[in-house]
Amino acid sequence: MKPPAFRYVDPRSVADAVGQLQEHGGGAKILAGGQSLLPLMNLRLVRPPVVIDINRISALAYIRETAGVLALGALSRLHAVAGSDAVTRRAPLLAEAAAHVGHLAIRHRGTIGGNLAHADPASEIPAALLALEGEVVARGPRGERTIAAADLFRGPLSSALDPTELLTEVRVPITPSGCGSVFLEVSRRAGDFALAGVAVLLQRDGGQCARVRIGVCGVGNTPLRMREAERILERSGVTEDALRAAARAVEQAVAPSDDTQASADYRRHVAGVLTVRAVAQAWQRAGREGR
Amino acid sequence: MAKRAREATVREIELKVNGIAYHETVEPRRLLVDFLRDDLGLTGTHIGCEYGVCGACTVLVDGQSVRACLMLAVQADGAEVTTVEGLARDGKLHPLQEAFWEHHALQCGFCTPGMLLTAYELLQNNRNPEPDAIRDAIAGNLCRCTGYQNIVTAVQATAQASGRA
Repeated sequence: MKPPAFRYVDPRSVADAVGQLQEHGGGAKILAGGQSLLPLMNLRLVRPPVVIDINRISALAYIRETAGVLALGALSRLHAVAGSDAVTRRAPLLAEAAAHVGHLAIRHRGTIGGNLAHADPASEIPAALLALEGEVVARGPRGERTIAAADLFRGPLSSALDPTELLTEVRVPITPSGCGSVFLEVSRRAGDFALAGVAVLLQRDGGQCARVRIGVCGVGNTPLRMREAERILERSGVTEDALRAAARAVEQAVAPSDDTQASADYRRHVAGVLTVRAVAQAWQRAGREGR
Repeated sequence: MAKRAREATVREIELKVNGIAYHETVEPRRLLVDFLRDDLGLTGTHIGCEYGVCGACTVLVDGQSVRACLMLAVQADGAEVTTVEGLARDGKLHPLQEAFWEHHALQCGFCTPGMLLTAYELLQNNRNPEPDAIRDAIAGNLCRCTGYQNIVTAVQATAQASGRA
């Protein structure tokens, strides 16, 4: 189908966009890459009376390093994130996850801010943001606030953003040396949504697993942090027994559902298997990094 | 008042499609694919699913592949668009089109415009892709006739021919 009629505004500044959001009392939708919003509009599952297109706000497209933090403007295209030298060096997990989002034509348009604001529990970026313990910056009528990744995702396609707030920036801590990170997923075809996906960031201290963060996608109503599995690996190190125990902990912590793509049981199993593989790979990468 | 309402419901856009400049008036809800087909008469770009899954409507905007069903025509204001009609030069098919013909890489032809532009972009970025890379690149373009095998062969043949040339 075609999208229903809407009023279209294309502000040139963040202040103007936030003003427009406020003026329309949250009835407006922000159009960034449009790779999730436009399908919903074409299918007439959403009918926003006003569409605020932020694509002409060039000040929202940047990737820069500042004091231990990698900051990405909300309008950074996923293709740019995946190919960015700064992201690949400073937060490789994010680049790896971005490369898994959709197909190239989708990543050319899709943005990191739009992806996170859309809060699709099957998408890769939210799981990576959880593992990286990143945050987003939201600008609203009352000013700016930051929302930690752990507080951002409320339910399927539901985030902690207020309807009058614009997500302006994504921040992730620069990954310290001695760390290894891996993103793995299983999907029906390259570019499809993950049946299950796992993002791992692991810091190695010699033979010890000093710190590990695990985010998963596709296996619940939101992306999930696997805290019990993290505790097991931090306590016991990356041994075969600990990996098995971590996989069991992941299988228990996730809450997938059945659909036409895969059964809940299969998704649960895959999440456990991918956790073992991703942690083992991250451990090896961290070993190479440390030397 | 009437003038104001009109301003809110239509937009003027200027863009280039296959090298030709256009100045048109569109409703904001006009999808790029409908603009190309219905306003410009460029019906080579096909509409399949209309929600970004099938890849039939793939075109290049400023040299990058996009789904023309997931972009508004107003968003292409100022852009350069390439559609399948832009591949042939002076009445001569593009080598990719020749290879699709030669290797029977199409049957009904519905997916072909999207396949061609996706493959065109792949070969711009990778002059000699392995079969796996070709499969990966066309994974977002659905074909119900060929089983994909002949498409992969045609793209590979194009790369090999241009390598020899």
